[in-house]
Amino acid sequence: MNASLRTLTFTEAAREGLAEEMERDSSIFVVGEGIGERGGNFNTTLGLFDRFGPSRIRDTPITERGFVGMCTGAAMAGARPVVDFMFLDFILDAFGELVNQVAKIQYMSSGRLRMPMVLRGCIGVGGSAATHHSGNYYPFFLHQPGFKVVVPSTPHDAKGLLKTAIRSDDPVLFLEHKLLLATRGEVPSEPYLEPLGRARVRRSGRDATVVAVGVMTPKAVAAADSLAESGHDIEVIDLVSIAPLDTATILESVAKTGRLLIADEDYQPCGVGAEISARVCADGFDLLDAPVARLNGAYVPIPYSPPLEQAVVPSQDAVVKALRDLLAE
Amino acid sequence: MSAAQTVHTAAHPEQALREAHLYKEMLKIRETELQLARAYRDGHVMGACHTYVGQEAVAVGVCAHLQVEDAVFSTHRGHGHALAKGVAATEVAAELFGRATGCSGGRGGSMHLFSPEVGMMGTTGIVGPNILQAVGAGYAFQLNGEDRVAVAFFGDGAVNNGAFHEGLNLASIWDLPVVFVCENNLYATEVPFAYSAGNPEVAMRAEGYGCPGRVVDGNDVMEVDTVAGEAVTRARRGDGPTLLECKTYRTRAHAEGMPEVGYRTQEEVDSWKARDPIALLRSHLMGTERVAADEISAWEDEAREEALAAIKFAKASPWPDPSTVFDFVDSSDSAEAARRS
Repeated sequence: MNASLRTLTFTEAAREGLAEEMERDSSIFVVGEGIGERGGNFNTTLGLFDRFGPSRIRDTPITERGFVGMCTGAAMAGARPVVDFMFLDFILDAFGELVNQVAKIQYMSSGRLRMPMVLRGCIGVGGSAATHHSGNYYPFFLHQPGFKVVVPSTPHDAKGLLKTAIRSDDPVLFLEHKLLLATRGEVPSEPYLEPLGRARVRRSGRDATVVAVGVMTPKAVAAADSLAESGHDIEVIDLVSIAPLDTATILESVAKTGRLLIADEDYQPCGVGAEISARVCADGFDLLDAPVARLNGAYVPIPYSPPLEQAVVPSQDAVVKALRDLLAE
Repeated sequence: MSAAQTVHTAAHPEQALREAHLYKEMLKIRETELQLARAYRDGHVMGACHTYVGQEAVAVGVCAHLQVEDAVFSTHRGHGHALAKGVAATEVAAELFGRATGCSGGRGGSMHLFSPEVGMMGTTGIVGPNILQAVGAGYAFQLNGEDRVAVAFFGDGAVNNGAFHEGLNLASIWDLPVVFVCENNLYATEVPFAYSAGNPEVAMRAEGYGCPGRVVDGNDVMEVDTVAGEAVTRARRGDGPTLLECKTYRTRAHAEGMPEVGYRTQEEVDSWKARDPIALLRSHLMGTERVAADEISAWEDEAREEALAAIKFAKASPWPDPSTVFDFVDSSDSAEAARRS
């Protein structure tokens, strides 16, 4: 097999990116619970403790506010921390540090202090993880100036974006949907970077645009494929970057299709789709042939039991239905 | 132990120089604060203005042991820390006046004083985070193999906050080069610490984290100087953090414009004014006869003139340009990037 065409899982690709960056820059260190010798609950640091040692692959007590605040100071003082939350739900204990400190210190210091910090964690509904291990939370960080947020959906992007996030002088949230972690995809063996702030057109089409967030991307592509059988030509955009939003790529697509659906597992009110919709209406109203449509997860705390859990998540069939409704407008 | 009782080794020229330095540093803070309080009354300083009057010995005694590259993380009551760490009084005053020449370019005001060039890593309007940030700076120094120390100043109000618990524990388990300086001035805003704490002896809490805790007379700059020196040395040696509880008192209101008494008695305020840290060192200096009274008076005149000059500088400084409001939101340093988001 040609090495440049090898496939890796999402987790393997991200881990390879982390290791490459740690090899390159000795000021990078990782903190998290069980990320030391254990290698992380999601294998995010598997094998890295032996390579980089305990001060760079640092097991922490269960002290989220403490280690986020600590990493804030470390970033101000010349280190490049990567905070591994395991489940992103745990970030909420550190929310004050993030919003009041991490997001504001560059501004308050007139750019004389930088905030090179990666905040990574698993998001999303699946596996009966229940309500304290299933959140998405990314709209919070779009609302607050000072953060960048990426939600990759492929192993290729996971590696390239994590590397760029680590090199960034800004705080970047790198969010991994737990149902994507074991998915495989082609990853070049040569080092590469992927830019922050860009959406990707995954499937080209003329009749309608779906902007999909993270785990909704493969569902949207599959939905578009199934609609192609009935003659509908759907464009799928993988949003990838929540903050900043790549409005230009979305408007360009809507200029072609005239119809827009935003598919997002996260809640609808004040969500990513609301912001995209407002921007498209403001800057591309004349491009629209139908009202902007949104498909979201149910607006409830995430339940445990499989039938309840499935009732929360937008399915591929739901995407098909939402697109059929949109095409009928 | 009062300054007058502090035992000094000998009439040594280095000792005299050190005492003179500590005295002048305290004076600089006092005179600047009094001018800032006046400027607040006159409407030049906006928002909240928490002065450090009465607590000067703590910042000065600790910062006397710090190099430029050491890092200080301060509180809402942080003018004294900034001045003691080497931020120019002109830049502090201009920041409180909201001017472009302020140490934070007018973006911060009193509670967001940043001057990383001299190791002043910020004051904060939220109680607690600076404790954690000092721990992180200590982590970075240790990771990068640098001979640098981080100091967190905080009040008694911070020690019942989770950040204190989490920060002291992390610094202790990793032997980080950090000094935690609690300025116990008996009140968190206007709430007595004795009411807020199950055990009001802050220094004792250090034992719970496995690091040393020391009680210090926070109005005796010589004592602060001695104990802080030991804590900084211990941190530099790689032996880990120390918690200092400096017992002190702010003799002005929590913030300018608020009442000085009511939640506390005039008698209590007066008893602490009688132990004013600057007056204590002054009487000690007079007692040693190492320095002439007119020399001390000259220092006092100089400090007053410098504080007035800082106010004059601030008043004459330009306001920030509104077109720069988007600058520095992120590392791209450009208004365009912020608008694009």
